[in-house]
Amino acid sequence: MNQSSVIAKVSENDQELQLTHLERVNNITPFVEKIKETNLYPLKSKDIKIMQTNVGKVCNMYCKHCHVNAGPHRTESMNLETMAQCLRVLADTDITTLDITGGAPELNPHLPWFIEEANKLRRRVMVRTNLTVLSQPEYTHLMELYARHNVELVSSLPYYRDKDTDKQRGQGVFETSIQILRDLNNLGYSQKQSPLKLNLVYNPGGAFLPPAQHSIEADFRKELRDRHGIVFNNLLTITNVPVGRFLTFLHQSGNLPRYMDKLAGAFNPLAADRVMCRDMISVGWEGQLYDCDFNQMLGLNCQPGHIREFDLAALQQRHIELHNHCYACTAGAGSSCGGATA
Amino acid sequence: METYYNPADLAKFATVGEESPELWKKFMSYYGEVFKDGALTSREKALIALAVAHVVQCPYCIEAYTEDSLEKGVNEEQMTEAIHVASAIRGGATLVHGVQMKNIIKKLGF
Repeated sequence: MNQSSVIAKVSENDQELQLTHLERVNNITPFVEKIKETNLYPLKSKDIKIMQTNVGKVCNMYCKHCHVNAGPHRTESMNLETMAQCLRVLADTDITTLDITGGAPELNPHLPWFIEEANKLRRRVMVRTNLTVLSQPEYTHLMELYARHNVELVSSLPYYRDKDTDKQRGQGVFETSIQILRDLNNLGYSQKQSPLKLNLVYNPGGAFLPPAQHSIEADFRKELRDRHGIVFNNLLTITNVPVGRFLTFLHQSGNLPRYMDKLAGAFNPLAADRVMCRDMISVGWEGQLYDCDFNQMLGLNCQPGHIREFDLAALQQRHIELHNHCYACTAGAGSSCGGATA
Repeated sequence: METYYNPADLAKFATVGEESPELWKKFMSYYGEVFKDGALTSREKALIALAVAHVVQCPYCIEAYTEDSLEKGVNEEQMTEAIHVASAIRGGATLVHGVQMKNIIKKLGF
């Protein structure tokens, strides 16, 4: 590993340094001030309907845009006790959705148990999969488990061509992803009359905004069907958030001021009103609570701060922790883990 | 190194309107209308703009419409084909003037 790679790794993991980078962008109005110009300040939680649990930072891939800085070098993984605490909260509240993310959730050995138990609670269960992990023989069986438990899959596929996808996610990723998508279609995912849902995620291949969701979805649908015989339910467009590895890229490539200027210039008050953090709670691998997965990676805790102290009433009154990275969710058509918002 | 073209100057584009604000306003209003979805999609228009930008060799426009094309989901292969169209027309336009050349040769020669 050369020196710049070492520096990159250090900065990706250093939450304080990341916040400093974001604060030092002096060509934009700080996000907090921007929100004050609307009638949304202080931005408060509304009704928590989604629990997004990050079950670990371990991943078989090392994507250029990853805000988690996930990869094969990570070791953090949620234990059974923390998962049980999440399930207790689900059982005690009206939270409708368990959204499981990572890293690659499949690399957490307790994932099957977590899904089975959440399913018994009759909650909507979603898994954010990178697809390629499911090509590894020891994880292939999880596809059938997903289908059996009606797990909604959200799969990253940055583009409908191999060149663009592989550039962002690694050599050969597109081809492997296509094979897994075919397997999922064969299991009933996204087929007519089937309840099994498979949504794909587009994110830009660099420091620019995503296209209109409906427009790029039509391209994906046509290209994946015509070239590969693949069907899916919806395409979600997600703006790259300047956190983690993507922030390091912006900083090192000199794109940070320009990208932040673009995000801030595209501020949309309607998207600000609809940001996902207002109806979700994010749980870290050790059980800490956050407004979203991005705040989680920046170490911006909520209060109460841990799943074992979960207090729905208090959390539904909480003020969202805002920082300049929040501009990514409020730019243009808005962005969330469920795609465009405005 | 000092150059005639500076990327930061693109952000100063609006200063060109300072001495004739009414004309500027009309131009910008027209410009905005031109690029809206119409009989052509805004994506098709971005690709046309990208091709034309190469023909008129405007580095500001090339930067703006490369980024705009990316943000409309256009890939590098499609953008490259667009500038080949520009190149073909430009090259063809050069060659077709060869007819003029041949006319002169014919007129002046035995």
